[in-house]
Amino acid sequence: MKIHEYQAKRILAKYGAAVPRGDVAETPQKAVEIAKSLGGEVCVVKAQIHAGGRGKGGGVKVSKGLNAVEENAEAILGMQLVTHQTGPEGQKVKRVLVEEGMDIKKELYCSLLIDRGSQSVVFLASTEGGMDIEEVAANTPEKICKVFVNPTIGFRSFQAAELAYHLKVGEINPKLVRPTAALMTSLYNAFVNEDCSLVEINPLVLTGDGRVIALDAKMTFDDSGLFRHKDILDLRDLDEEEASEVEASQADLSYIKLDGNIGCMVNGAGLAMGTMDIIKSFGGEPANFLDVGGTADQQRVATAFRIITADSNVKCILVNIFGGIVRCDVVAEGIVAAFKEVNLDIPVVVRLAGTNADKAEEIISQSGLGNKLQMAIGLRGAAEAAVAAAR
Amino acid sequence: MSVLVDKNTKLLVQGITGSQGALHARGCRDYGTNIVAGVTPGKGGQEFDGIPVFNSVQEAVDATGANASMIFVPPAFAGDAVIEAASANIELIVAITEGVPVLDMVSAVRYVRDQGLRLIGPNCPGIITPGQCKIGIMPGFIHKEGSIGVVSRSGTLTYEAVDQLTQVGLGQSTCIGIGGDPVNGTNFIDCLKLFQEDSDTEAIVMIGEIGGDAEEKAAAFAQANVTKPIVSFIAGQTAPPGRRMGHAGAIISGGKGTAADKMQTLSDAGIHVLKTPDQIGHKMLEVLGR
Repeated sequence: MKIHEYQAKRILAKYGAAVPRGDVAETPQKAVEIAKSLGGEVCVVKAQIHAGGRGKGGGVKVSKGLNAVEENAEAILGMQLVTHQTGPEGQKVKRVLVEEGMDIKKELYCSLLIDRGSQSVVFLASTEGGMDIEEVAANTPEKICKVFVNPTIGFRSFQAAELAYHLKVGEINPKLVRPTAALMTSLYNAFVNEDCSLVEINPLVLTGDGRVIALDAKMTFDDSGLFRHKDILDLRDLDEEEASEVEASQADLSYIKLDGNIGCMVNGAGLAMGTMDIIKSFGGEPANFLDVGGTADQQRVATAFRIITADSNVKCILVNIFGGIVRCDVVAEGIVAAFKEVNLDIPVVVRLAGTNADKAEEIISQSGLGNKLQMAIGLRGAAEAAVAAAR
Repeated sequence: MSVLVDKNTKLLVQGITGSQGALHARGCRDYGTNIVAGVTPGKGGQEFDGIPVFNSVQEAVDATGANASMIFVPPAFAGDAVIEAASANIELIVAITEGVPVLDMVSAVRYVRDQGLRLIGPNCPGIITPGQCKIGIMPGFIHKEGSIGVVSRSGTLTYEAVDQLTQVGLGQSTCIGIGGDPVNGTNFIDCLKLFQEDSDTEAIVMIGEIGGDAEEKAAAFAQANVTKPIVSFIAGQTAPPGRRMGHAGAIISGGKGTAADKMQTLSDAGIHVLKTPDQIGHKMLEVLGR
């Protein structure tokens, strides 16, 4: 789960990490009030959407004086902000973060994530702050310092110091080495206590007035850990997510909308991806990824049909269930009932394999739904039939 | 003719009295697995279908000599259940539970490794040696005794592969579902090594998916160390970047972990890579010259 920058900064501040003074506004008037209370001549107005690349898209404005704050807030609030992560339609901006301006001496980078290779939390730090870290990793990998955390002993202070040395903080301001190391420890504590999958500070800045500050903050949470963080769950912003995906997640279905016209309903994530792949290999385009899970009963199938067909591009649905623990005849009965319940008016191609597949075929062929609900033999046959039906 | 589990495996089930634990414990027992104990804290002294239930793994091990565990406890407690099993020196721990917090697994996986033990999963279908021992939720009847080793990150896609192998007359030595989470106990390389060393495994099916670089590492290992033929499919050629495709581990991030890259790397390492998941059985026949 993703959250907004202002939310991430509030969490990090609780762990003792220094962040700029500021607050979030939903109107230009409120933005001006915040700017007034901050004092100072320069403020920064930052669009709050989940996608990155906000600055390049015009969503971050340095503002001199209250008039500029008002103008910039006015312009950013309500805009459809397009970045390389939003897609061409962009994302509507509902809030701006208004923060104190900074006298930046040096921009640095640091982040924490789970490293699959070492199966541990890894700290990444680089002197190349403010840049795309993937570019740095590709062009100058020696500039990225990696510190792996042994889960048995945790993150140690010598490691925090190592990161500060690597960032060459002492060369800019020797007094900031310790506060930088302390900030690293704060970030680590936030990462593990809140079950994060990513904490990224880009840039981390050293200021002219002798501070080390997380100027930007991105936090992503492990969905599997959210059950023990009700307060984090409250920060979920449904406006940032595809409506159909929200509905699916509430029904405990794993659904991702795509651009094609063949709806897919499959049990198991791997088989669901494999089904999409075989559709594509026959020249079709999948409209979605949908893992219906282990219990493909009437209710879940009906919900899945509704979610799939809410996308008006969908011309046919391919159901692919490998019945292991669930029996195919039971799944087939559920499909027939759900088809009638949802009143589908597009063809559905069903492929059922595994336990009682022959009985399932009988149920489908005797459903009285004729060509609208057809049983296919084999994965290949099913994909071919679905691609043909979508044309 | 197998790796990790066979007719001598003595299984205990953690969470045997829960609905999923009970259902699948019965499924495994009916398949022929020797289940010697169940563990549910607070229910020690009871019996489950004639299987003695204990309060802790250590107690169960002391009383029955169990050497493998199948874990069905809820996600919040699964990491701890793995560590408990490892503390009792269980040689093979199979965690079926889906949705375990990743950081819980980071600790558990490290502990199991430091103890010199093996964990399979979490979020996996389990492991089966056809005709001998089934530990997990896979449908036993699709399997057939034979000489193909199967390793996969996915559940139902593994069943698909196994079903195809059985349909064309190719049985399996052992099938291992390693699970779809980003941090898990056993990886492709571990399994390739086991299958290479197993004299009764003739060829290997490896099913991967997008995300991470486990398949790439496996390709490098296979090229240097595996002489047996490998047939492979990578799910997710059509997956968009940045979106998690069901499994926590199945996500293309920063342009890395795409199916196309993985397929190329595997193919360059001499592995037979399939474009669609429906040809696994036939391809294996062809590779074996049958």
